[in-house]
Amino acid sequence: MHPIMRGFIRTAVFAAGLSATAALAQHPQDYEAIERGRALVTAGDCVACHTPIGSDKPFSGGRAIETPFGNILSPNITPDRATGIGAWSDEEFVRAMQKGVGREGEHLFPAFPYTAYTKVTRDDLLAMRTYLKTLEPVSNAVEPNQLPFPFNMRFLQFFWKTLFFTPGEYKPDPEKTAEWNRGAYLVEGLGHCASCHTGKNLLGGDKSAAFQGGALQNWFAPNLTADERVGIGAWSQDELVEYLKTGHTARSAASGPMSEVVEFQTSQMSDGDLKAMAIYLKDMAAAPNKAPTPLSPDTAAMKAGAALYMDNCQACHMSKGEGVEKLFPRLAGSAVVQSDDPATLLRMVLQGARSVATDAAPTGPAMPAFDWKLTDAQIAAVITYVRNSWGNAAGGIDAGRVAKMREPLAKE
Amino acid sequence: MARKLPAKDVVIIGLGWTGSLLAEELTAAGLDVVAIERGPWRDTSTDYPTTIDQDELRFGIRLDLFLRPAQETFTFRNNLSQTALPIRQFGSFLPGNGVGGAGVHWNGQTWRFAATDYKLKSHLTERYGAKFLPEDMTIEDWGVSYEELEPFFDRFEHIAGVSGKAGNIQGRKIDGGNIFEDPRQRDYPLPPLDPSYAMTLFDAAAKGMGYHPFPRPGANASRPYTNPLGVTMGPCTYCGFCERFGCGNYSKGTPQTNVLPVLMRRKNFEVRTLCEVLHINKDPAGGRASGVTYVDAHGEEYEQPADIVLVCAYGLHNVRLLLLSGIGQPYDPATGQGVVGRNYAYQSASGARLFFDDKRFNPFIGTGVLGQSMDDFNGDNFDHGPHGFVGGAGISCASTHGRPIATSATRAPGAGRWGMSWKSQVASTYQNTTGISGQGSVYSYRDCYLDLDPTYTDRFGRPLMRMTFDWHDNERKMTNFIAERCTEIAKAMNPKSVQTNRLSEHYSVVPYQSTHNTGGATMGDNPKTSVVNKYLQHWDAHNVFVVGASAFQHNAGYNPTGTVGALALWAADAIKNRYLKNPGPLVQA
Repeated sequence: MHPIMRGFIRTAVFAAGLSATAALAQHPQDYEAIERGRALVTAGDCVACHTPIGSDKPFSGGRAIETPFGNILSPNITPDRATGIGAWSDEEFVRAMQKGVGREGEHLFPAFPYTAYTKVTRDDLLAMRTYLKTLEPVSNAVEPNQLPFPFNMRFLQFFWKTLFFTPGEYKPDPEKTAEWNRGAYLVEGLGHCASCHTGKNLLGGDKSAAFQGGALQNWFAPNLTADERVGIGAWSQDELVEYLKTGHTARSAASGPMSEVVEFQTSQMSDGDLKAMAIYLKDMAAAPNKAPTPLSPDTAAMKAGAALYMDNCQACHMSKGEGVEKLFPRLAGSAVVQSDDPATLLRMVLQGARSVATDAAPTGPAMPAFDWKLTDAQIAAVITYVRNSWGNAAGGIDAGRVAKMREPLAKE
Repeated sequence: MARKLPAKDVVIIGLGWTGSLLAEELTAAGLDVVAIERGPWRDTSTDYPTTIDQDELRFGIRLDLFLRPAQETFTFRNNLSQTALPIRQFGSFLPGNGVGGAGVHWNGQTWRFAATDYKLKSHLTERYGAKFLPEDMTIEDWGVSYEELEPFFDRFEHIAGVSGKAGNIQGRKIDGGNIFEDPRQRDYPLPPLDPSYAMTLFDAAAKGMGYHPFPRPGANASRPYTNPLGVTMGPCTYCGFCERFGCGNYSKGTPQTNVLPVLMRRKNFEVRTLCEVLHINKDPAGGRASGVTYVDAHGEEYEQPADIVLVCAYGLHNVRLLLLSGIGQPYDPATGQGVVGRNYAYQSASGARLFFDDKRFNPFIGTGVLGQSMDDFNGDNFDHGPHGFVGGAGISCASTHGRPIATSATRAPGAGRWGMSWKSQVASTYQNTTGISGQGSVYSYRDCYLDLDPTYTDRFGRPLMRMTFDWHDNERKMTNFIAERCTEIAKAMNPKSVQTNRLSEHYSVVPYQSTHNTGGATMGDNPKTSVVNKYLQHWDAHNVFVVGASAFQHNAGYNPTGTVGALALWAADAIKNRYLKNPGPLVQA
């Protein structure tokens, strides 16, 4: 069969799957619609932002979402009529998700990733709404807008949208398989992966280079394209699925903001959806990105780094940076280690980090903090060493960069 | 007045190895379980990450992870004619404290007591005649058999991630393993650790003398390992900081590494830390307990009712709680009547220290388990007829650590205790000494027991527990015999000189010896000579299970934790598959 024809047929099946469920989303007590909505709300990781850290009242809002412009508090999305979204009509809910417009017609701030959610089908949105209506209403009044002037001026969002927002549901690519399209729908839509993994410009809009990694909250979310050095080019599809499902592979362990993504979102998703996401992610072409030449092991920083590594790191990460499956991430070939922006690596060494614990990998091992144990120069040396050993190539960093990282971390 | 809390299915006293194993099994079976733990919450990455876990002064000398005498201590005397005095600084043994208990800071040695140990009295009587045993020796059969426990040994070894080499798989003897061990269904989950230089010298010497050395088994992971519960261990780095220390590398089998990550995710499990159980409450109707009363860190008292009470503290503390709660008849050495506190036993030690002048042992490469052992003189593996004693010892040459403060106490023959004479030999002695040690059995005696002290009380006004114990001639003879065997092997290793170490004249609680206290809430098939039945169920309170080395009727020449772990899983199985179906006595007295 001609590939285009095959694509058309699959797309038709994909679309038919959507319409078959369309009617079901309408009835407030429909079990299948509620469960489908629950799965979609999970795939959107709504709970992460809409639940205060440590709270036992999910979706009740009030968690501070840090942006470069100031904090925004997530609103209460339980069905409480006064303080939640219980009084909203379904149409108002769909409009918010697809257009970034609030109940009063006000522009919402894009910390709420409507730029991605706009790709979600109306039908899926109604299923999500059906599920959200089943939550226990929690009375918790939140004023989301905590931004300083002038960023708190909502009308300015009109101009932002003109520049950076393309509304519209996801349109399946008939050239691709239904699985690929499902993956694209999840990654680009509900999964809102680009919120972190695509770099942002000065105004907080996506850079044109999608999924090439992004800095946020003093972390660096790595490149998700096929680049073998700083992306996921060397990962197999199965490894990606294992990572999303368990948080741990022989290569890597999810920590920081990604540990929340795995805990609340991807570890709860179906194997089929994870596989679809992996298929789509593995199909992302790498941007031309020339690897630097690794530093010579004979430099003073590399020699000092090698000695520091032996004393402080190799017990877990092993002498050639090979790590231990499910426990200690592999440093050789690691994208986090080799990314141009060393923020994540620096933060890990300074502050330590606990990796995610999941049912499939319950240990949740943690890296200890070294901020009290090593000087800026020592940390710079050991980071320079791991970025330029065992096949890694990423250039060195200096003590000043370490000192610069300590400041924001001290305020956390 | 204690505040009464909503009832739970199960309350567990103490969240160490036994408490976490039982909690894991019973929560998996769907029961609602709460553990009450006297000490703090402890977690690998927070309390002993790799950045701090090798601090000898903090953990090894100042005993950061251990119980403080101000929390609870014991009074001690050598015999009935003395007045016991409180132990104000723990010395000969070091009880643990906090979540994970002693499972946090043990070495990891994981043995199975021999099949003859569970029927020791009948076995020795049959082989040597009743008159061969000292008159005041009060050993008993345990009421359980090795064959019954084997599947639970196997499961504990796989949960804890034990490295070792089998010597007897289903009756097939295997060279290089312990050919004296009883049949096991399969090999250890992990291969043995890599041997140290000292071990290879010992191995050659012992083999040359016709003995059967093997790498000793234990829960230090020789390879990365994921256990049957799904948690992962990292490979051991041979850093030499096991006993008295937590393991920051997830390499030592501990409740924290091997059980708690799974248990803490269960919604039907809860642990309350810094909460001390004051007593187990007896049901006024009799024959069972109604729960426990505990006090939290703020001094508030709570009553926690439960259908099942699992007493899972350190063995000595288990016995004290039974005495304080008035559950079971206290043992009286004058009449021999009563059971709680009966058959307390300990561990004997002897051996040889070797000094070379042409060897470098690099003792800083070590692990708690790392050692070559032989069981040729352990238990009843040899004919005791000509020797006039019973019992024996495992003999080992070990490379557990080369910690600077601890090893600087070892002195070459002729070196001074201080000053230049001491200093000048520290460096050479550090590198060129090794040891051979016999870890020996201690059998039970009529006058070795535990009871409540008539004078001293704890911070809550409760009587302290009194320990009455001394070595007996049988153990003196046995350890002398073992010391001679150790010295012979040592000489075959061609050192410059050998020091022989023998048992002290009387047991003292001052120098560190072993934390292997056993007995006091013993198991058996006769309620007149045991506290619990073969399922560790209390004879007088069918919903109380007392789990730990407190159940041992005597102590063997092995570390106790393997047998303790197997007994905990055996009890869990009995609760799940027998007790829950028909709550009541599982064995008719």
